[in-house]
Amino acid sequence: MPKGFVTITAERCKGCGFCVEFCPTHVLALSSAFNFKGYHPPYVHDAEKCSGCDLCGMYCPDFAIYGTRITAAQKKGANHAG
Amino acid sequence: MSDNLMLENAALQVEEALPESMNPVEPFLRSERIPHIWCPGCGIGTTVNCFARAVMDSKLDPNKIAVVSGIGCSGRVAGYVNLDSFHTTHGRAIPFATGLKLANPELTVVVYSGDGDLASIGGNHLIHAARRNLDIKVICVNNLIYAMTGGQSAATTPESCTTATSPYGTFEPTLNLPHLLEAAGATFIARWTTYHVMQLAKTMKEALLHKGFSFIEIISPCPTLFQRRNQMGDGLETMKFYKEHGKTKHGADTASLDMTKSGDIIIGKFVEKKDRPEYIDHMREYYTQKLGRPFEYQVKTC
Repeated sequence: MPKGFVTITAERCKGCGFCVEFCPTHVLALSSAFNFKGYHPPYVHDAEKCSGCDLCGMYCPDFAIYGTRITAAQKKGANHAG
Repeated sequence: MSDNLMLENAALQVEEALPESMNPVEPFLRSERIPHIWCPGCGIGTTVNCFARAVMDSKLDPNKIAVVSGIGCSGRVAGYVNLDSFHTTHGRAIPFATGLKLANPELTVVVYSGDGDLASIGGNHLIHAARRNLDIKVICVNNLIYAMTGGQSAATTPESCTTATSPYGTFEPTLNLPHLLEAAGATFIARWTTYHVMQLAKTMKEALLHKGFSFIEIISPCPTLFQRRNQMGDGLETMKFYKEHGKTKHGADTASLDMTKSGDIIIGKFVEKKDRPEYIDHMREYYTQKLGRPFEYQVKTC
């Protein structure tokens, strides 16, 4: 179970690659698909590794990505549901 | 469409469908104006991210923060942040901020602008605000060039860099902003690059809570006009360069902070003094002494 997840607003992305390069656990990769503006947004390549540290959110110059930590309560809830 | 592409597209759609939460910086942005005009790989958006987080961490009331910007790429920040903001004439962000602070001393006034605006065209105002130790926070996004006007060489351009106005390289000596401002009397001086986001957000928070003239220089890539002309790669390459060449030296002698084209960039918090009186406090104290009665502002709230 990952410790966090990232949320990507692909339409805001300009494909600079900061998040992909500087993610400490290498969760992201640049997609070969295009967004409306013709840039390649990142996609979640390895969701299990995400720690939800939000460093991608700090780096993103376009406010297009952010990380969220999964709290213990949410984890418990997910286990119950599963 | 290949399977791989379909998988990625599906991943994109799932990620877009997921959010129940919101980007933590979203309340600080005028979302209707995003996407912004900054180029892919430009570092100004990253500094805005750090600023939004610093405001959140400082626990200041956002209604009591005003952002003043001059002209230039970094000057656009005033239009994108959802705080009281003021987009002023070229180089005159600090005079506007001075008036704002004196008229309403309760405000935390942040001047957010670029090196061309603050150090070249408004250089005089920068020096005098530091001399007075007025309680404003100056965030200078230094991309080493006049970016919005087409990449002319600026006072901060390092030696032998190719720019639009120096096809054989610049030969003029470079302005060392932290050294200049320390001499002028600023009481909080720091420099970071856009790679050092955590440190930058922390220093911005400290500057917001510091009483007196605070100056933060942020070295930022300009991939379109500076790095491209100097064959230094794109924004990502520059960030890797900052990672490799950024040397943290807190309290370093500001005279040693000159920038070179491909040498190390000394970063850190260089000056934090509490011994100089802040301008408004000093003025009140002086007039109370001269007039023989407490000097009070006539603050008109509307």
